[in-house]
Amino acid sequence: MALFSKIFAKFRGGAIAPADWEEFESLLIEADLGAHLTGEIIEISKELARGRSSESGDIEGALLHALREKLSPASRSIPRADERTTSIMIVGVNGTGKTTSVAKLMQYFKSQGASVVVAAADTFRAAAIDQIQTWGDRIGVPVIVGKTEGDPASVAFDGIKRAIGDHADIFIIDTAGRLHTKSGLMDELGKIRRVVEKVSPIDEVLLVVDATTGQNGIAQAKLFAESVAVTGLILTKMDGSAKGGVALAIEATTGIPVKFIGSGEGAGDLQLFEPELYLKGLISE
Amino acid sequence: MFDKLTSKFSSAFSSLRSKGRLKSGDIEAIGAEIRAALIESDVALDVVDKFIARIIDRSLEKLEEVNKGINPSQAIFTIVNEELTAILGGNSRRITLAKKPPTVIMLTGLQGAGKTSLAGKLALHLKSAGNTPLLVASDLQRPNAVTQLQVVGASIKVPVFAPEPGNGVGDPVSVAKAGLVFAQEKLYNIVIVDTAGRLGVDQELMNEAIRIRDAVSPDEILFVVDAMVGQDAVRAAEAFQAGVGFDGVVLTKLDGDARGGAALSILEKTGKPILFASTGEKVEDFDLFYPDRMASRILGLGDIQTLAEQAKRSMDSATTSRLEEKFIKGEDFTLTDFLAQLEAMKNMGSMSKMLAMLPGAGAIKKQIENFDDNELVRTQAIVQSMTPIERNDPKVLNGSRRARIAKGSGRQVSEVNNLVDRFSAAQKMMKQMRSGKGMPAGMGLPAGMARMGMPAGMGMPAGMGLPAPSPGRTAPKKKSKSGNPAKRAAEES
Repeated sequence: MALFSKIFAKFRGGAIAPADWEEFESLLIEADLGAHLTGEIIEISKELARGRSSESGDIEGALLHALREKLSPASRSIPRADERTTSIMIVGVNGTGKTTSVAKLMQYFKSQGASVVVAAADTFRAAAIDQIQTWGDRIGVPVIVGKTEGDPASVAFDGIKRAIGDHADIFIIDTAGRLHTKSGLMDELGKIRRVVEKVSPIDEVLLVVDATTGQNGIAQAKLFAESVAVTGLILTKMDGSAKGGVALAIEATTGIPVKFIGSGEGAGDLQLFEPELYLKGLISE
Repeated sequence: MFDKLTSKFSSAFSSLRSKGRLKSGDIEAIGAEIRAALIESDVALDVVDKFIARIIDRSLEKLEEVNKGINPSQAIFTIVNEELTAILGGNSRRITLAKKPPTVIMLTGLQGAGKTSLAGKLALHLKSAGNTPLLVASDLQRPNAVTQLQVVGASIKVPVFAPEPGNGVGDPVSVAKAGLVFAQEKLYNIVIVDTAGRLGVDQELMNEAIRIRDAVSPDEILFVVDAMVGQDAVRAAEAFQAGVGFDGVVLTKLDGDARGGAALSILEKTGKPILFASTGEKVEDFDLFYPDRMASRILGLGDIQTLAEQAKRSMDSATTSRLEEKFIKGEDFTLTDFLAQLEAMKNMGSMSKMLAMLPGAGAIKKQIENFDDNELVRTQAIVQSMTPIERNDPKVLNGSRRARIAKGSGRQVSEVNNLVDRFSAAQKMMKQMRSGKGMPAGMGLPAGMARMGMPAGMGMPAGMGLPAPSPGRTAPKKKSKSGNPAKRAAEES
C-alpha cells in the first residue's frame, strides 16, 4: 500500500507525476472518504500544489486545512439541561456497537458525577436486554427493562418516568439495531421519541456508526436523520485498522457532527471527538 | 440490495443502447462509468481497475464481431454480466460435509458482523436439509453472547452446547473441544462453533481463534462479513486469512441498501467464495449465494430463480397439485384457493423481500420498501370472514353480506369491495391465461413464474395490495358506483 508520507515527500520535492495523483486518490478512497469527497480534496490539493510546488511548502498542513473545511461546524458538546433530566437516544444499524456505546456513556456520565438511568428498549435482539443489564450491574446504573419482543416505546416511557422520579441527570435509551431502509422500523423510532417526549424532551439523538463502514454510512446518516433528527454521531471500533473516513464524508454531506469516538471493549473506552487527532489519523499510515 | 449499483449500470447501458455501431471510445466511456459506480460501491480500487481492464479488453477484442450482430450493446452487456458473475465467484460452492461426521464449521469475523445471528440461521438451514446440528458457544467475550446463542437455539429447536457463562469467564478453546466431543457422543452430524468477534489487528484474539481452530480442526472456516463494510474489508479479510485462515465467506445485512462492493473485493483478493447471504432479521432470512443470480440482480435482471424456489418450498405439494389440477381442468380459481395462497405467501417471508427479486424491481423500489406485510393479514381476515359459499362463489356477495364481512374482519366495506373487485379481475385473467391469450401487458411475472415451475396461479395479482403501480391496482374500476351497496352488487354481478 502506498503511504501518505511518500506522497507528501514528492509534493515537497515539487515533482508530481500524474501517477502520484492517482496514488494519492487511491489513498483517500482507501480511507473510505468516498469518490465524491476524494475528488474534491484532490482538486483542492492540485490547486495548492500549483501555488506551492516551487517552494517547499507545507503541503501536509494545507491538506489538513482542506480536510478541516469539510468538518461540520456544529457544536460537538452534549449540553445538559438545567432543571430536568437530559435524555439521550441511541440509534443505529445492527452490529455497530450501540449497546456497548450505551455502557460507555453510562460510565462517562457517571465518572462526571452525574446520576444515570438507562432504558433497554432493544427488545428485539435475543439477549440484548441481558447484555445491557450486565453492563448496568457492573457500572452501577439502574436499567429499566421490558419483555423480549415487547413494545420498545413503553420501555422507554417507563424509563423516563423512573429517571424523573429518581431526579436522574441523564436518561439514555438503547434501541434495537435496524437497517435504515426498513421504513416500518424507522417509524418505530419516531414513536419511541414521541412517547418519551410526552413526559420530557429528548435532547440528543446519537447515531452509532461503525468505523469500518463504507459509503453506506452516508445513507445511514441521511435516513436516520430523516426519521429521528440525529444530533450527533458516535464513531465506534476506531481501534481497528479502519480510519473511519466515512465520518468525514457524513459530516460533509449531512452536517451531523461526530461527538464521541469508541475504541475498545472496556466501559472506559469512549472519548470526546477531537477533530485534529482524527484528521491526522486519516492521513497517517 | 445492490440497488444503487444496479441503477448506475442501467443508466450506463441505456446510453450505450442508443448507439447502433460501437466505437472503441464508447467502450472506454462505459468502462469509466462502471468504474465510478464500483468505487462508490466500496469495491477495492485495484479490484475495480482489474475488472474494468478485463471488460474493456474483451469488448475491444470482440468489437468487430459485436458490431456485426443485431444488438451490439447487448453483446457488451453479456460480457459485463459474465465478468461480474466470475468476480462474484463463478460457480457456486456449497458446504462440504465431512466423510466422518461430525462436520465442524467455525465462524469468525469482525465484531458486529452478525456471527451469532448467522450461527442460528445456518443451523436452521442445515437442520431443514435433514442434518442434526449442534451450536457451540465459544464467544465468551461479548457480554451475553452465550445467552443470545441460547435464545436463538431455543427458537429454532437446535441444541446449544454452552458449559461456560461467558462475559469473559471460561476458556473458549476448551469449550470448542468439549463441544466436539459432546457432538461425537450424542451423534450430532454438524457442529457450528460461534467465536468471539475480533478486530483484524488484535493479535491476542486472533491467536485464540487459531487455538480454537487447532483444537477442533474445522472442515469449514467461514468468514462472516457485513455487506456495509468499506475499504477496510480487504485489510480485515487479509488479516483473517493470514491469521486463522478461512474457506468461505458469508455476507450479512444484504437486505439494506448496501452495495456490498467490499464483499466483491474480498472474493477477488482472497480467492475464497461467498457461500451464503443473510438478508433479514428473522432466522429464516438466509440464502445460498448464487454468483450468477447475484450478477443478474446487480444488472437489474431480477432473481426469478430464487423467488420460484422459495415459493416451492413454502407451498406444500398437496396444495400445489390441487391448484394445478384445478387450473388444468378449467375450474374457477376461488377465494378458498386464494386463502391457501395467502397462507403460503406468509410462509415465504417478507413480501418486500420477494418483490425485490422481480425483474425491474428497481423501478418500484420505494413501493416495495413501503410494502406493508400486514396487508396480507388484513386481506386474509376479510376472506376468513366469508362463508364457504361466498368464498367459492363471490358473486353472491351482496351489500348486506359485504357489510357483515367488513364487520367480521374489522375492515371497511370499501376494502371488502376493493378485494372482491381485484379478485374478479384476477379470476378473469386466470381464465385468459388458460385459454392461451397470454398475459395482459406488463404482467410478465406470473407467466414467468409458471415457467419456472411455480404452481399455477401462484402469481400475486389477486388482491395483493401492493401500492401502485401494481398489477392489482390497475384492475378495471367500474365506472358506475352506486352508493347503495345492494344496488352496486347487482350492477357488478
